Amino acid sequence: MASVGEPVLEVRDLVKHFPLNQGILFKKQIGAIKAVDGVSFDLHKGETLGIVGESGCGKSTLAKVLMALERPTSGSVKIGGRDIAKARGGELKTMRRNIQMVMQDPYTSLNPRMTVGDIIGEPYEIHTEVAPKGDRRKKVQELLDVVGLNPDHINRYPHQFSGGQRQRIGIARGLALQPEIIVCDEPVSALDVSIQAQVINLLERLQDEFGLAYIFIAHDLSVVRHISDRVGVMYLGKFVELGKDAEIYERPAHPYTQALLSAVPVPDPEGRERRERIILQGDPPSPANPPSGCRFRTRCWKAQEICAQEEPLLQIRPGTAHLSACHFAETHDVVHAG
Amino acid sequence: MKKTSADVLPAEGGLGDAPLLAVDNLHVEFHTRAGVVRAVNGVSYTVGPGETLAVLGESGSGKSVTAQAIMGILDMPPAVIPQGEIRFKGTDLLKLSEHDRTQVRGQRIAMIFQDALSALNPVFTVGWQISEMFRVHRGMSKSDAMKKAVELMDRVRIPAAKQRVHDYPHQFSGGMRQRIMIAMSIALDPEVLIADEPTTALDVTVQAQIMELLAELQRESQMGLILITHDLGVVADVADKIAVMYGGRIVENAPVYDIYRAPAHPYTKGLLDSIPRVDQKGHELYAIKGLPPNLLDLPTGCAFHPRCPFRQENCVTDAPPLYEISGTRGSACHYWREVLDGERR
Repeated sequence: MASVGEPVLEVRDLVKHFPLNQGILFKKQIGAIKAVDGVSFDLHKGETLGIVGESGCGKSTLAKVLMALERPTSGSVKIGGRDIAKARGGELKTMRRNIQMVMQDPYTSLNPRMTVGDIIGEPYEIHTEVAPKGDRRKKVQELLDVVGLNPDHINRYPHQFSGGQRQRIGIARGLALQPEIIVCDEPVSALDVSIQAQVINLLERLQDEFGLAYIFIAHDLSVVRHISDRVGVMYLGKFVELGKDAEIYERPAHPYTQALLSAVPVPDPEGRERRERIILQGDPPSPANPPSGCRFRTRCWKAQEICAQEEPLLQIRPGTAHLSACHFAETHDVVHAG
Repeated sequence: MKKTSADVLPAEGGLGDAPLLAVDNLHVEFHTRAGVVRAVNGVSYTVGPGETLAVLGESGSGKSVTAQAIMGILDMPPAVIPQGEIRFKGTDLLKLSEHDRTQVRGQRIAMIFQDALSALNPVFTVGWQISEMFRVHRGMSKSDAMKKAVELMDRVRIPAAKQRVHDYPHQFSGGMRQRIMIAMSIALDPEVLIADEPTTALDVTVQAQIMELLAELQRESQMGLILITHDLGVVADVADKIAVMYGGRIVENAPVYDIYRAPAHPYTKGLLDSIPRVDQKGHELYAIKGLPPNLLDLPTGCAFHPRCPFRQENCVTDAPPLYEISGTRGSACHYWREVLDGERR
């Protein structure tokens, strides 16, 4: 599916630090939470890039910076060749038409006092040029139909819908301005298992229909594998590994990816005693004060002296065909082992 | 003299043929202004020493309410238990007085909750909260109880337990908080441990740590473990047997290997087909159509019939009993033979 040609989204050396201040009157910066610390990738039309990582690794901050909801500390986010991070005012408004977001929690991301029609139609109030006033109701009903909801329910309120249906409303709102890119931040994690599959299938169908490119952020590695063409693994604000889905899941080269994958329970009890488990000790270090050199070295079983001194760059390593950031990268299939 | 749990219930051992814990035809209703919510409609399951029973179901399936009924922590009213028995070593817990029930709760049967941050009290140190178990149930002095708390925190592998015992819950990470919950629950060496979605709020790497810890504690003490979850992956990893719940009933129960090899209920089959897997790149996911049932107004006949691809006419009118497939397996589907023979996708 990953088509070649001009990428729709180019991210280069993106950094977002949140300052830590001390003092009330005379604020002094005493440090920074390095939430996103040098992330680069391209996204092509019709492609899905999955981003996985544990809580606190910076994946949601990344989403916010891509949406220009937060200004990056440095680096660029180019959409169609223009940098959204530097855009202001009218230019920013136009650029935002091209990148939209689906939020995690369908229970809190919809205004309970607005009807579904108002929620989905709100983008048209802001971007009036997309749909003239008379057309809006019809457009909203078309969108409801596209996401598999009854167009007659346009005047209902969010509480009259189930979780899965609400997530469909959120998706319809994201589609309203016909963007090329949709950032999905944990779009199915709040849903029941049987409803998850419905929403995932819907996202895939919409991608085929409209040629959408997705940034799909999730902590569920199975869901990410299912939907993604490429996957980036994040740890403490950086990508530690980036590659095609089969490369990441079948030939992971970074120890963190291997540990992460080995921890995912496989829904099949056959051979469960023989399955390889890499159990990481402890919790990730604080992003305010990441370890020197390789950030993963404090929990890594391969760590040597060089790991503390020299930061491994995200590059293609000997014996692998995709990018990984480990001095001792070595592919090892943990999912199918045993 | 103060009654201890040994006076209320038979002491350890001497079980005979009775299972450690048996839930028998349990019904739980909530009487609300909107009507009667039938949360649990005739649930039966058993768990033996050292055994892990996974109770699988989506939100609203009644899996947590059943657990709360076992613990005796349902708010009654609005909850009512119109019929059923919960037998712990042969004694029906529902017939005990509140005082006797307190002797069982926490000491013989303990529970771990899903969200450790809201289950712990934010204004007391974790040491105080763990040691409370010993002060209240065992009448220990403050300092002895605190020593016990440190021991327990060591046992659930919280680093630097001696210093951290004076910390507050917000100073711990999610995984560490869950360890504190586990420390509290195993404080008095319970014989049955109920874990209600113990890892749902946690990352996979932390989930793996916690599940390993639970398995280890279970091996040491031969606890019976009831694991309540919606995660088919976790179940496949640790369970000995499974009870699948839907609309307040058990729709299928079976040993873990059987159910993944060949599910005998359309709902179980649909669930297994609808989850993406980390070890293979699937095609389009099968999606169970429709929505989980409204417990205020359960469908007639089989509660799953509006969503079922195997539905026949009698499913709408006759509620299927839990048909016995073999000595250890049951399915509440009139057409379990067809489901069993059907191909897994």
